[in-house]
Amino acid sequence: MKTFNYHSPKDVKEATKLASSSSAFLAGGMTTIPSMKLGLATYKDVIDIKNIKKLSGIKVSGKTVMIGATTKHAEVAASKDVSKAIPALAKLAGNIGDAQVRNRGTIGGSISNNDPSACYPSACMALNAVIHTDKRKIEAEKFFTGMFETALKSGEIVEAVEFQIPEKADYQKHPNPASRYAIIGVFVAKHKKDVNVAVTGAKSCVYIDKDLSKKLSSNFSSSAIDGTEVKSSGMNSDMHASAEYRANLVSLYTKKAVEAC
Amino acid sequence: MTKVTLEVNGKSVSKEVPDHTLLSVFLRDNLNLTGTHVGCDTSQCGACVVHVNGKSIKSCSTLAADVEGSKVTTIEGLAKDGKLHPMQAAFKKTHGLQCGYCTPGMVMSAVDLLQTKKNPSDQEIREWLEGNICRCTGYQNIVAAVKEAATKM
Repeated sequence: MKTFNYHSPKDVKEATKLASSSSAFLAGGMTTIPSMKLGLATYKDVIDIKNIKKLSGIKVSGKTVMIGATTKHAEVAASKDVSKAIPALAKLAGNIGDAQVRNRGTIGGSISNNDPSACYPSACMALNAVIHTDKRKIEAEKFFTGMFETALKSGEIVEAVEFQIPEKADYQKHPNPASRYAIIGVFVAKHKKDVNVAVTGAKSCVYIDKDLSKKLSSNFSSSAIDGTEVKSSGMNSDMHASAEYRANLVSLYTKKAVEAC
Repeated sequence: MTKVTLEVNGKSVSKEVPDHTLLSVFLRDNLNLTGTHVGCDTSQCGACVVHVNGKSIKSCSTLAADVEGSKVTTIEGLAKDGKLHPMQAAFKKTHGLQCGYCTPGMVMSAVDLLQTKKNPSDQEIREWLEGNICRCTGYQNIVAAVKEAATKM
């Protein structure tokens, strides 16, 4: 690993002051450090934001669940408040990577990296999440802009993610057997007025399947999407799964999620 | 350079190291605690698992500076007064290892599991050990070892 300067600021203001075009914010480091070890990323300054107290914690209000950016996956998975308000979200967090990744990895890191196979972005999309940064609030749909790309500007820090509590929700994942990343992950959320079906792992970026969402909005049962073709065009194809296989998994896992709601 | 002060296996240690020093490197090269192994470079094998403030983590994917002030337990810190930790004794008894390379990570990970779950099922043990790869045993005897240890801890 190439050398860098390590910083551990105590507040967001100090952290943003340290940021430059050759710096990275470090939270759990479960992607950042392996990337630096492999030489895929090099930085002059690594700014550890874990000691900024206000960035961690879980708060449930009447309609939303607010999770601080440096809250670890294991904390979300074990949270009684999250399990009560949005059980599917606790389940999702409890199945990310492995136990040691969950003891370090954070929600803010996951969404800022926006890996096309990461689990959390699908929850953000399906649960109409609002991403709170040090500068503004960004709707999930506008936050995830492409493969490993987000609407975040240089030096902008994710502070928290605010999820809308749905009537029902479930997350179903077909994990890569080695990494546990989603070959396909489908997050189905039934809100008061409509249903969101968010898909991760299938394309270069998380997305809402509008067709499936619409059909389930008018009839929330797995039979409502019988015969609905999920098109494989634009889907990823690799040694683990062809585009056609992924397309089939999207409809299959949407059904599984609806039935588990 | 940065000064890193940790409590490792009950003893306070302080070393001046380059900022990019990984915890695994700090333990192995600076403290000569070579029981913590490094088996891959992709954070997937789990041979480097140690406890930081009681929780299992991968020391090869964590900066030493990042855990400044923490309590770290490595495989060398488990045995007390020359007596094997129940998990180590169980691995020995059930032959939960062959070459032994993955064993320190397996043991540290399994100890963490039993801290939160007293009597895990086979399935729960296998799920928990997802991040620990063994290329010798086929895992059967490792699961048996964790079950055996669960009756002693």
